[in-house]
Amino acid sequence: MINSQTLKGHQGRVWNVSWNPQGTMISSCGEDKNIRLWESFGNKFTAKAILSDGHQRTIRETAWSPCGNFIASASFDATTAVWDKRSGQFECNATLEGHENEVKSVTWSKNGQFLATCSRDKSVWVWEVGEEDEYECAAVINAHIQDVKKVRFHPFDNILASASYDDTVKLFKEDKAEADWINFATLKSHTSTVWSLAFDRIGSRLATCSDDATVKIWKEYKPGNSAGIPTPDNDSVWKCVCTLSGHHGRTIYDISWCHLTDLIATACGDDAIRIFKENPEAGDSDMVSFDLVHTEHRAHNQDVNCVAWNPVVPGMLASCSDDGDVKLWQIKLENL
Amino acid sequence: MNPGGDVLENINPTLYSKCEDRPVTAEDQNDYITDEFDSREIFDLIRNIYDPEHPLTLEELHVVDLSLIQVNNETNQIKVNFTPTIPHCSMATLIGLSIRVRLIRALPARFKVVVEITPGSHSTEFAINKQLADKERVAAALENSTLIGVINQCISRPSPAA
Repeated sequence: MINSQTLKGHQGRVWNVSWNPQGTMISSCGEDKNIRLWESFGNKFTAKAILSDGHQRTIRETAWSPCGNFIASASFDATTAVWDKRSGQFECNATLEGHENEVKSVTWSKNGQFLATCSRDKSVWVWEVGEEDEYECAAVINAHIQDVKKVRFHPFDNILASASYDDTVKLFKEDKAEADWINFATLKSHTSTVWSLAFDRIGSRLATCSDDATVKIWKEYKPGNSAGIPTPDNDSVWKCVCTLSGHHGRTIYDISWCHLTDLIATACGDDAIRIFKENPEAGDSDMVSFDLVHTEHRAHNQDVNCVAWNPVVPGMLASCSDDGDVKLWQIKLENL
Repeated sequence: MNPGGDVLENINPTLYSKCEDRPVTAEDQNDYITDEFDSREIFDLIRNIYDPEHPLTLEELHVVDLSLIQVNNETNQIKVNFTPTIPHCSMATLIGLSIRVRLIRALPARFKVVVEITPGSHSTEFAINKQLADKERVAAALENSTLIGVINQCISRPSPAA
């Protein structure tokens, strides 16, 4: 694993890095209330723009729309801003309000139709993306009993997953008849805060990471599955099929499942980045196993807050830390 | 000062005597000797933090104690246990936050600071420990100007005359 570049510029903690869908740009954000955009020229990333004055407090996360023309930013100031580049550069033309406290995470559905946010106020909001900077609240979901840390959409379907301080992960889907979003599955197994989650490339498995210092892999069992797992209410059931414990020294703040290489990367409070690969010899798809194939000790000087695989370039990883740095890494895939 | 309300929760806390100052040795004055952080140094950073309710320090109330501080310079880990004066103390989170803030500000960023309630000394110790360990919630709390004002007062009131 080679540290190909270190991007400096943020003041203080950097909470999140996100790739645009083309894999050519990175957005980063943190406690300095700025979003920084970095663009690749050849193999080097250079500072492209700083988006400031969109938020009054820490920016916790940014997310690119599937078309790459919009960036949504979630802030501790209880708002979510949407930036677009119709004028040629990114400008904030919409601010979504409604949460009572800090917004912790934001995500776009694959078809670009929905935006979801979550907050310390324990709720998950789904917004329908309309024309002309209009975002209509489609649902306010109060399924969690604590602070909600992360929301992520399924890679193909309009299924939403959320992770919470209440130690659970919940899955939601649109109930078209009721014009509402309903909680159809609750994933219980972690023993402390679930900080983040990631779907695999086809969306039939989910990886979650927690303050309990474990990673868990969950598998979907659809109605009528050959394993004989009962599916009451005719909804898919998700079961924990693997727990990776003993690898991480502290809280795991983020997890990214590469849709090109199937590798899993984790960001940990012990300053390390770890890479996991599925062991194909496990055979039985109900008893999967993953091997730790690389540990980058001291990847950063402080807690690693986020890891993100480039969606186009295999093996390219971005990370960010409390130390204020954004780093780019290249994994030597032939060695794994 | 009493931010919790008009009635003191613990009207008559037990008072303990303060420890002696750390003696300064010749080695301490020598710039060529590397001094590792030790538990006494951490104790000195937090012993004079004031209780939110009483004009008394955490040391005088036995909320912090030298024996409940662990320092590991090799792994950059510091663990501080603190003991609320009463098992249902509503100020426990605020006291823990004050200790955290004091140490975050004073220590090099390489240190991982864990602040937890002494096991068995508070009715909701698990919930308070979880909150104090959640750096995202701590960061959000420290952006609250009212709260940071109270914490700054606890931390930085002039230490009592020796």
